[in-house]
Amino acid sequence: MGVNMGNVLGLVFANMHDMTVGDLTKNRTMGSLLFGGRYRLIDFPLSNMVNSGINAVGVITKDNYQSLLDHLGSAREWDLARKNGGLYILPPFGNANASLYAGRIEALNGAMSFIRNSMCEYVIMSDCDVVGNIEYKPIVEKHVESGADITVVAHTGQYTADEMKMSTVLNTEADGRVNSVLIRPELSGTCTASMNIFVMKKDLLIEIVSDLIARGMVSFESDVLQAKCGELKIMAYEYTGYFSKITSVNSYFKANMDLLDPENAAQVYLPKRSIYTKVSDNAPAKYDLNCSVKNSLIADGCIIEGEVENSVIFRGVKVGKGAKVRNCILMQGTVVEDNAECNYLITDKNVTIGEGHTLTSAPSYPMYVAKGASV
Amino acid sequence: MFNKKECVAMLLAGGQGSRLYALTQTVAKPAVPFGAKYRIIDFPLSNCINSGIDTVGVLTQYQPLVLNEYIGNGQPWDLDRLHGGVHVLPPYQKASGADWYSGTANAIYQNLSFIDRYDPEYVMILSGDHIYKMDYAQMLSYHKEKNAACTIAVLDVPMEEASRFGIMFARDDGEIYGFEEKPKVPKSTLASMGIYIFTYSKLKKYLIENENDKEATKDFGNNIIPALLDNKERVYAYRFDGYWKDVGTIDSLWEANMDLINPNIPIDLYDPAWKIYSRNPILPPQSIGKNASVQNSMVTEGCVIDGSVEFSMISEGVTVEEGAVIYDSILMPGCHVKKGAHVEYAIVGEDSVIGENAQIGARPETIEDKDTWGVAVVGHKLNISDGAVVAPKAIIYEDM
Repeated sequence: MGVNMGNVLGLVFANMHDMTVGDLTKNRTMGSLLFGGRYRLIDFPLSNMVNSGINAVGVITKDNYQSLLDHLGSAREWDLARKNGGLYILPPFGNANASLYAGRIEALNGAMSFIRNSMCEYVIMSDCDVVGNIEYKPIVEKHVESGADITVVAHTGQYTADEMKMSTVLNTEADGRVNSVLIRPELSGTCTASMNIFVMKKDLLIEIVSDLIARGMVSFESDVLQAKCGELKIMAYEYTGYFSKITSVNSYFKANMDLLDPENAAQVYLPKRSIYTKVSDNAPAKYDLNCSVKNSLIADGCIIEGEVENSVIFRGVKVGKGAKVRNCILMQGTVVEDNAECNYLITDKNVTIGEGHTLTSAPSYPMYVAKGASV
Repeated sequence: MFNKKECVAMLLAGGQGSRLYALTQTVAKPAVPFGAKYRIIDFPLSNCINSGIDTVGVLTQYQPLVLNEYIGNGQPWDLDRLHGGVHVLPPYQKASGADWYSGTANAIYQNLSFIDRYDPEYVMILSGDHIYKMDYAQMLSYHKEKNAACTIAVLDVPMEEASRFGIMFARDDGEIYGFEEKPKVPKSTLASMGIYIFTYSKLKKYLIENENDKEATKDFGNNIIPALLDNKERVYAYRFDGYWKDVGTIDSLWEANMDLINPNIPIDLYDPAWKIYSRNPILPPQSIGKNASVQNSMVTEGCVIDGSVEFSMISEGVTVEEGAVIYDSILMPGCHVKKGAHVEYAIVGEDSVIGENAQIGARPETIEDKDTWGVAVVGHKLNISDGAVVAPKAIIYEDM
């Protein structure tokens, strides 16, 4: 069954789940959180949309979106600088009396004129908490074929109590129809959890949002998925490919480290379906005479003179002579000076670890060092 | 309507680059990969934009496909402009007939109408086969200060190398009174870098005169510069003292790559104030595996390295499998070196595959007769089978 993906409007929620990763999103949106050596989380839904043939994408933001605007620019790098369609950034809409939105429904209400103006028949919505190379076309095709009102992309697997606390859990019938929904349950074990990617008709979305706003309801999860799963045909689409879901600082750390395994990386970075990101014109990475690098991802612009192992190193990082970096995520511009040692650290942009200093944390709790800090 | 531009740059990129053999079989020399993530033409193009020159004509003729595609609309160099920007200028058919570019001067002559549209005061002539960082704005101020008809950038070279260059004779104030092309016994060490700034009215006059001269070879070095000197025009030498290298031969291409990882060579690619731009591949960060050892090398995006890499330049999307050894070599984009293969003092072209345990090139210390030693070259898109041996200095054009 063929679906014209040009008839699907993409909506990306850049700020949903900001609170899940604590300080990492203190000065940025979840969408602009740095990931995997050279990406920001929004690169994944945006690239997936573009690679699926979607021409028009709205990015719904709430606050702290300066880094996001800087990252997206004219959206040319995602091939979304278009004459028809392209990328639209949708900051909160309102006057001085309006407050920032609390839930997804309010966020959508703020973007309503953009959604109404779109000529697309369908809408696909995604958050920025899932890292993966996901084809949206089969999802939309399945949605049309099944006659669903709403399709929720989900994955059935083992979840820990921590993951469940940040998830929407779907109970489904054999055909995938959702018959009840649990929001952030205190459970663990095997279940079907939402990946926060939804497909529906644009008109239905407009109708639901207008109706709920009039009733003062703000949550898509509880006021739509949970409350209306009898009345509407809500279907779960079982996604079986590789992905990581970021629900905490620990899962952020693990999602990065998982990409050190070439088998995982091969499922995210596909030659025919690239993950796009902003270009920064760095020189290649330079490896010095006595350096040692093992099992790590290194971005361009790095100068490595010391030892790096099991780490994800972003663009323009410097690791000095005799320095030892193990099990770390070092974001853009971090400098590890000569003979310094780092273990289980997440350093934000432009952090300096001073000469000879040792900073060590535990595998169960990687330490975060805030942007621009000098240790 | 075109906005007036003070200075337009014309970049000569049509040469065949025959001394790069297998590397320029299907690719024009300016589009040959260089320095892990660049192509040669990135250097003059980046110099232009960093020097404030935003109108560049690129004259192409030989194997233009890769080059044209690479330049595209010029966006990676910030040369996609409403007024000006980069334009690829191939030879074209005119009402009176069609001609290939028959020389460097003829190539510019055929594009006078392109230059005229911007009504410039000055025209800069550049080549697409040199690696250097240079502020053309300073050279232009020098040209204006000297009220010159033509300014030629020159480099002081060691006397023993002077016979490889066009050598200028200049007075203390910089005025050039003569020159010799590749003299056997050089009388000066001021070598022309192939970079000229002309006052456009003069350039146009001499190009037209040269074109009408049936005997002329239509070349800047052979015709235009001698004609300017014969007519006592003001021709000045602009001394440049930074790093500059002609990469027209296999040896010089290999050396210039190695210069980038030599701490004693003054070319800094990490200076944020003078970036060298390139068309970026859309690839993930480089993945350095559990068995890898990488030292004294440059590696870029999309590489997967699990072998040993030393003193080498590894371009985008290269795979080096476990147990493979890359030593003093250049791997161009998309190469794949399989398990146990040794690549030593070699250049491997784009998308070529080196089979398991193959041996490409050799270290000079292992060769008794030093005359038989040299950099080995494997051309683009070739398959070298498992266990095959490519001798040092060999140039491979076909699968083996």
